[in-house]
Amino acid sequence: MGRYKEAFTAPLFERNPVAVQILGICSALAVTTRIETALVMSLAVTAVVSLSNLSISLIRKQVPGSIRIIVEMTIIASLVIVVDQLLKAFAYEVSKQLSIFVGLIITNCIVLGRAEVFALKNPPGISFIDGIGNGLGYGMLLLSVAFFRELLGSGKLAGIPVLTPQSDGGWYLPNGLFLLAPSGFILVGLFIWALRTWKPELREEE
Amino acid sequence: MAEHYLSLFVKAVFVENLALAFFLGICTLIAVSRKVESAVGLGIAVIAVMTFTIPVNNIIYTHILKKGALGWAGIPDADLTFIGLITYIAVIAAMVQVLEMFLDKYVPALYAVLGIYLPLITVNCAILGGSLFMVERDYTFLESVVYGFGAGTGWALAIIALSGIRERMKYSDVPKGLRGAGITFILGGLMAIAFMLFSGIQL
Repeated sequence: MGRYKEAFTAPLFERNPVAVQILGICSALAVTTRIETALVMSLAVTAVVSLSNLSISLIRKQVPGSIRIIVEMTIIASLVIVVDQLLKAFAYEVSKQLSIFVGLIITNCIVLGRAEVFALKNPPGISFIDGIGNGLGYGMLLLSVAFFRELLGSGKLAGIPVLTPQSDGGWYLPNGLFLLAPSGFILVGLFIWALRTWKPELREEE
Repeated sequence: MAEHYLSLFVKAVFVENLALAFFLGICTLIAVSRKVESAVGLGIAVIAVMTFTIPVNNIIYTHILKKGALGWAGIPDADLTFIGLITYIAVIAAMVQVLEMFLDKYVPALYAVLGIYLPLITVNCAILGGSLFMVERDYTFLESVVYGFGAGTGWALAIIALSGIRERMKYSDVPKGLRGAGITFILGGLMAIAFMLFSGIQL
């Protein structure tokens, strides 16, 4: 059981895919202006990475090494199409806001990275758990970034006003910069700094 | 007419810079920007691949996948847009392979420089993102050529500028926990602020 627990918890902090391994950044920054979109994106990525780990691990002994990348890409692309169609059917508004970023899960390096590093070498059960762990590690960082961006950028949390903006008679002056691209970069940089101050063994020398 | 395309090009390079305004291809941007030399190599490879793949995907989209596009084959009601994603990524993977073989045979000097970066490009989200934006905005064929070249140029500009700043970083005393990835993100953020100044440019 110990291995399963480690496969699940390690990606949350020590091997966080976004903050430590610097994977899957593109979507992490683009969908974090609101908590709602960040949550939907995290669920979509968790579903894709756990199911792709499971299916790739199931066929790992049948696939020759030379064509494995294209097999993996086909599996991942099919899963993403399923997720995209489900979102369009049941959560059309959110799927419009996520625009092209659902499709870009295909090129999210977390998915291909876990398939290459973990699913090809491990049995299906633990690969599935590893996928869920990585999806949650990704989701956790996304939600933390989205928390600050939505709170400071528009004074709301998950669409509910927390700091009443001045335009509605409150006291808070929303900082529009937090809704724009630069703040995403800077917040992720600060998160990495905080994590590496907490866990000094993750630091890198340059 | 020419102004329309020039404006599209300038918009793709500066205003809607894929790396700094849409966060596309950031993983590679952070990983390969340690040296200006490798950044230039990767930048040129991205320009080449985008200028080819976006128009090719445009042809496939308008003549095969789009709703009603299969009229010439006698099935006017077919709407194949749902298999778009898998088609575009297959086209990109194939184009990268072809480009690799072409460069190996005819331009070996460039192949030696770009060799290791070309396979990496298949999973660079800027390339797939460019194709998806092309579909979302319904560009014509000529527009997609200009957009592909412009978007690639914008991405290359971002990575070359970032690597230039990073090379100078070794003279600064960065806090220990921030070294490496952390400070690179903050640099990216500052560059994104600089690029915001271009918004609203009209030609």
